[in-house]
Amino acid sequence: MVGCSASQGEGGATQLLNVSYDPTREFYQEYNQAFAKHWQAETGEKVTFRQSHGGSGKQGRAVIDGLDADVVTLALGYDIDAIQEVGKIEEGWQNRLEHNSSPYTSTIVFLVRKGNPKGIKDWDDLLKDDVEVITPNPKTSGGARWNYLAAWAYALENNNGDEKKAKAFVKELYTHVPVLDSGARGSTTTFVERGIGDVLLAWENEAFLALNELDKDKFEIVAPSLSILTEPPVAVVDQVVDKKGTRKVAEAYLEYLYSEEGQELAAKHYYRPINPDVQKKYEDQFPELNLITVDDTFGGWQKAQQTHFSDGGIFDQIYSK
Amino acid sequence: MSKRRWRVSPLPGFGPTMGFTLLYVSLIVLIPLSAIFIKTIGLGWSDFWNVVTEPRVVASYRLSLLTSLAAAGINVVFGVLVAWVLVRYHFPGKKLMDGLVDLPFALPTAIAGIALTSLYTPNGWLGKWLDPFGIDVAYTPIGITVALTFIGLPFVVRTVQPVLQTLNKEVEEAASSLGATPAQTFFRVILPELLPAVVTGFVLAFSRALGEYGSVVFISGNMPFKTEIAPLIIMTKLEQFDYEGAAAVAFVMLLLSFILLILINGFQTHWENRRSKWRGVH
Repeated sequence: MVGCSASQGEGGATQLLNVSYDPTREFYQEYNQAFAKHWQAETGEKVTFRQSHGGSGKQGRAVIDGLDADVVTLALGYDIDAIQEVGKIEEGWQNRLEHNSSPYTSTIVFLVRKGNPKGIKDWDDLLKDDVEVITPNPKTSGGARWNYLAAWAYALENNNGDEKKAKAFVKELYTHVPVLDSGARGSTTTFVERGIGDVLLAWENEAFLALNELDKDKFEIVAPSLSILTEPPVAVVDQVVDKKGTRKVAEAYLEYLYSEEGQELAAKHYYRPINPDVQKKYEDQFPELNLITVDDTFGGWQKAQQTHFSDGGIFDQIYSK
Repeated sequence: MSKRRWRVSPLPGFGPTMGFTLLYVSLIVLIPLSAIFIKTIGLGWSDFWNVVTEPRVVASYRLSLLTSLAAAGINVVFGVLVAWVLVRYHFPGKKLMDGLVDLPFALPTAIAGIALTSLYTPNGWLGKWLDPFGIDVAYTPIGITVALTFIGLPFVVRTVQPVLQTLNKEVEEAASSLGATPAQTFFRVILPELLPAVVTGFVLAFSRALGEYGSVVFISGNMPFKTEIAPLIIMTKLEQFDYEGAAAVAFVMLLLSFILLILINGFQTHWENRRSKWRGVH
């Protein structure tokens, strides 16, 4: 499910390819226009864009296998780390831009059916007998890994850091999952269109989309007492921009995400801005939550991936016989 | 039949055409497949064995094999029926129906998967009639079988159809005028003629189903040990950037398909030989 949209500028315009994950399509369409305008005002140069969207891991592999992305804007640092490992991106990429190179953030929330008939308020409620939980498969979906880690972090917090109990909690949680879709959009469809399950674990921006663009009167968002700060990071693909001579504009493109205009657009597309002023403006939209980070609670993505999601990891153990 | 295998054709050009054939088959089939083999070698034997015999992976082979077998079996019965109706009868809309048979070929399989899933979920058009009886289709092996049946249908119809067309109606008439019942005519006169085509159709549908991903992944529910097909396991390994592990599972699937195809080819040759001998006697 890769969509490419090429906006044709006049001849001689620089063209950037932004390889991203699924839910950012509309956001970057708008942002690209804003940046092109800004760049032309600043330098007089024209810049046009191509966008490619798909599952985050799949997009990462495409870049590893030779898709000539100037910039990657993916769902997990882990997927960009994988590109770094083959040498296309230089080490330390995550420190090159502010805020872990994540210009906007989000979190994991619950989307429940209108009126919240099962009374779901927090992670504990997901384990009630008659509750069915919809979440994609963490083995195939980057988004689903955040869901899983959020649940784990909650269980850890409520059991004084007891990993055994956290494991039991998460294991129990997944017995409430009737379908493991392979991607986040698939799970949203299962919950929203097919009417399966009582609660969807979703990125906050996806939940807003389901609410505002699909059907306002059918769902509501529930924010749990504790969740995870999802940081979808961005990076310049060094090898490609050096080859194509697009480094300057590619770097400016990512930096401009931190500008007020970039932040406004992110907020408009339901991502949490990191600029305090813009944050303040949108504070009604984003409830304050107790948010943990992958770095603090799990020691970074590499470690989280190793422990939980690689073959034979804890997620596999949950399902082993 | 001549015993010489390399009979000289009246048409010139064996050299260049054979050369082209080798090149084409290598580029399109052999080189990509050997890439899988080479990736697999990167693992080493014991790692390879661990990957491909992991219980969850074995469960996925079993599921893929059984649902593919079931789907191909269903298609043999109903595909032959469809081919029969299309060849033997004339009715309005026949051309249209004939065209529809190919639709599963042309349709992106993901679309088929999404469509079938929305039909068969408990609140879908068909699913809501089955739900009261406690029959779940979507997100169960039944759903997988339904998807695989859908994508496999054209293989059986399109292999059986031409054979049926060339079948002499007089032979049937002779059989029945000699006192054969319709069942005898079918089983002793028609079926033996059709069998090689039916078997080919079965195998094509079966091997296609074995590797099917797009249509199944939406309807299967992807639950480990229950509805997780082998191609999904490959995807999960790729998602972890585990190219070797993915290639290892792919290699096993490749081997399975290859063994099946060889067996079937052998069966067909054997069958043809027997039949031509039998014909020679009479």
